[in-house]
Amino acid sequence: MVPNNKHALPSGTDEFLKGFWKQNPVFVQVLGMCPVLAVSNTAENALAMGLATSFVLLMSNIVVSSIRGFVPKQVRIVTFILVIATFVTIVDYLIQAISLELHKALGAFISLIVVNCLILGRAEAFASKNGVLRSILDGLGMGVGFTIALLCLGAVREIFGYGSLFGLELFGQHYQKWVVMVLPAGGFFTLAGWLLLFNWYETARARRKTLKEAVA
Amino acid sequence: MNDKNATANSPKIPPKIKAWPMYRAVVGVGVACGLAIVSVFELTGPVIQQNKIELRQKAIFEVLPGAMTSAAFRLTGDDRFEPTSSDSEGSDLVFAGFDDDSRLVGLAIETQGMGYQDVVRILYGYSFETETILGISVLESRETPGLGDRIETDEDFLGNFGILDVSLSPSGNEVAHPIEFVKPGKKTDPWQIDGISGATITSRATANMLRASTVWWIPRVRAQREDFEEPNGEE
Repeated sequence: MVPNNKHALPSGTDEFLKGFWKQNPVFVQVLGMCPVLAVSNTAENALAMGLATSFVLLMSNIVVSSIRGFVPKQVRIVTFILVIATFVTIVDYLIQAISLELHKALGAFISLIVVNCLILGRAEAFASKNGVLRSILDGLGMGVGFTIALLCLGAVREIFGYGSLFGLELFGQHYQKWVVMVLPAGGFFTLAGWLLLFNWYETARARRKTLKEAVA
Repeated sequence: MNDKNATANSPKIPPKIKAWPMYRAVVGVGVACGLAIVSVFELTGPVIQQNKIELRQKAIFEVLPGAMTSAAFRLTGDDRFEPTSSDSEGSDLVFAGFDDDSRLVGLAIETQGMGYQDVVRILYGYSFETETILGISVLESRETPGLGDRIETDEDFLGNFGILDVSLSPSGNEVAHPIEFVKPGKKTDPWQIDGISGATITSRATANMLRASTVWWIPRVRAQREDFEEPNGEE
């Protein structure tokens, strides 16, 4: 008798969507905090860093998944780092080619994508154990989730810190800017606020679900 | 039976690890990565170079307020300046800015030094009339966002420029008072730069690179001012 493996693996959609909410890299897994706190001072920087990280995450997932049968486990970490560092270097060149201003704004944090534990974490925990298609879905989902989280932080910090969003003035000249929000301390305040909101919503949802089940 | 027990009790020998598959994986992936990096570098190199020239051109007009056109000059062996193409490169270049009436506004000079993370490249404007640094623009920096990169945004720090004295001594051979770095709020003389609290290393590096550059360039450009008077500028 053939066992029913229908639920052994999550569907492709679930694989893609898990990074958005259930396993969001920032709000749930709390990974890659260095760029999250440092480069989220404006929405534009946050979006650029999110897209750059997503690109590296997606490409490294594809390559790691493709070569997983070729790489002995003893040298897997050094090989994964080599692959990740290559894509970070490529991203660095691409950003310089697209906009030097943006490259200047992101500063050292482009190079530091190499040590973003989200990327190595997904390569080791997922891509090295799954096929290319699932790894693409995982990389895309996690990348989008990371970008959304960075945008959440960047938008709040820019709105309060500069009175603008993506460089567009929101409150006029008389707005008193909250300078602390664009300083490193503002990153911690904003992240704490988002984590509080995220956890509060999750707890409330779980309570509602329990109540519903109890009634049923 | 005894043989079976002996086998069961003997220590387990771990399987021998073969070196070849490890070499093959690391070297193979390394070579592929190297090829990928070089290919992308070759593809993006000309675009990046063009972007750098455009950024420098934009910075020239930022550090020379009132300039409408600019022209590049190269220092020759006999300490004279000759016009060169505006997309030239090298540490022996200066850029003259001219106003609407083709009058010389000042010179933009590039300098670089070690910041906190990496090399910081800046362009500064020099006015012949006031003998001051008119402003600075950061061309390249990998300083920490929110900390070291405040040399570009901190209003108090940027306020040092425009009135930063680099006048020459009566002999005309040297800067009378080389630029000095002082702690925030301790500035007393017009040749001093107030540092930034929280970005001390980068602001000190900026002051140091400006001092080294002005001490070398200002006596030379002042001695040959007439070399820059005839504009052949680009907008």
